[in-house]
Amino acid sequence: MSAKTADRIATGVIISVAVFIVALLASLLGFILVRGIGHISFDFLTSAPQTIKAGGGIGPQLFNSLFLLVLTLMITVPLGIGAGIYMSEYAKPGRLTDFIRLIVEVLSSFPSIVVGLFGLLVIVNLFGLGFSLFSGALALTVFNLPLMVRITEQAIRGVPREQKEASLALGLSRWKTITSVMMPIALPTIVTGTVLASGRVFGEAAALLFTAGMTSPRLDFTNWNPFSPTSPLNPFRPAETLAVHIWKINSEGLAPDAAQIAAGASAVLVIVVLLFNFTARWFGRFLYKKLTASK
Amino acid sequence: MQATQELGLSAKDLSVYYGSKQAVRNISLDFEKKQVTALIGPSGCGKSTFLRSLNRMNDLISGARVTGEIWIEEDNILDPRVDVVLLRQKIGMVWQRPNPFHKSIYENIAFGPRYHGIKNKKQLDEIVESSLRKAALWEETKDRLHQSALALSGGQQQRLCIARSIAVKPQIILMDEPASALDPVSTAKIEELITELKQDYCIIIVTHNMHQAARVSDKTAFFYMGDLIEHDDTQKLFTNPSQQQTDDYISGRFG
Repeated sequence: MSAKTADRIATGVIISVAVFIVALLASLLGFILVRGIGHISFDFLTSAPQTIKAGGGIGPQLFNSLFLLVLTLMITVPLGIGAGIYMSEYAKPGRLTDFIRLIVEVLSSFPSIVVGLFGLLVIVNLFGLGFSLFSGALALTVFNLPLMVRITEQAIRGVPREQKEASLALGLSRWKTITSVMMPIALPTIVTGTVLASGRVFGEAAALLFTAGMTSPRLDFTNWNPFSPTSPLNPFRPAETLAVHIWKINSEGLAPDAAQIAAGASAVLVIVVLLFNFTARWFGRFLYKKLTASK
Repeated sequence: MQATQELGLSAKDLSVYYGSKQAVRNISLDFEKKQVTALIGPSGCGKSTFLRSLNRMNDLISGARVTGEIWIEEDNILDPRVDVVLLRQKIGMVWQRPNPFHKSIYENIAFGPRYHGIKNKKQLDEIVESSLRKAALWEETKDRLHQSALALSGGQQQRLCIARSIAVKPQIILMDEPASALDPVSTAKIEELITELKQDYCIIIVTHNMHQAARVSDKTAFFYMGDLIEHDDTQKLFTNPSQQQTDDYISGRFG
């Protein structure tokens, strides 16, 4: 076989694999959207669910999902970026560092149902936080944090060495070099990575069943006092997220339109994740331009 | 110690090891102020490693170890008590590939001085202008100071990097093959600039280009396999070298 034929065959194989992946994604998205999009309306997105009657919405669940995501990111972003900076810039190569890295990897590949049970035993019961958004956020932290650490570590390692040396050679401290020279370059990667990690948080159900709970109290969306039990902003109330809701009505929903609600909710979930991805990618680029004055 | 008046930097018995491999062997070299010293030699001869020890850049490479002494005025900069941050302020550095920060042209220059305590906008403006003027870049960039430095051409970027390093008022500038990634016109500009800058600074330049060494430097040091073979006036070293190895190298018989 000549080198040319081999090249053609390899190119063909690679292209067909790529086409297969794109087709798989398109059909998956298409299936979910076609089935669900007809059910989405303003009313569906804002009203509370019904247990036995038709016409229930997913308002509180959608809100819970977003709120839980924000809470989780509030915990994992600072910790993850801090640890990532440590791992890439300060940790001396050696056994301890390798061990930390191993633990981080193991943590991120934990089955989420196991994390959920751990959350139930330790966070919900032992710490007495109960079924709450906060418990859910802590459980999600278990596999979101390792991702954040890795993303940050790799993004910072990806900064060309000359950039770092140039800053140090000007007599800048290590910390200033990291924050002012390396971070702006690494930031778009960190933002993109955070978004991809958030997609998983947003769609997570198993880890939340036993931590954030499967019910939502009757929420009063005019009550913005975070300490009131009926306030949507209270982080210590139980909260059923969108993904958990889909699982619940699919398995034990009593409403006559349960199937349509599940389809609609799935479509909403997918759309929100997509939206989140696009805006964050755009935001990453915007931030990079802002920080680096490039056009 | 009356010689220190004229000495910019002086290395004594400097050795650099990477792990167990010795890349630079017991080199003693003096660099005078207001002079350009060229370090020449074939690839892997230790000249870049030597240069990078002079502002302790080798600290960043794990497994690298430097022994000996490097004196700048009254300080041995290899002394662990020396504040490496302050030290590096005294020694500017220019790399082979231009590496401007991913910031605006103005910020590239103002970044260092601002960190070292100059907050006054007017003063910073002056530093930016004078540094760019010294690097012969002012006319080309004065109308687009707030655009990204990455939009400049390679040669302009390299001059910007030189401007950036002189903005923090160093005494010594280290250059690691500063023109090897540039076209001939840009190279000529950089060489012109080096000749200009030596009125104020002690410049140490690593180069692969022997013609460049002959054109810009006052003193030349020839490195081979981690050893310093010969160090002399450039004129003398290129016309009448005292060592056979130097003669072979500059006449192109190896390397």
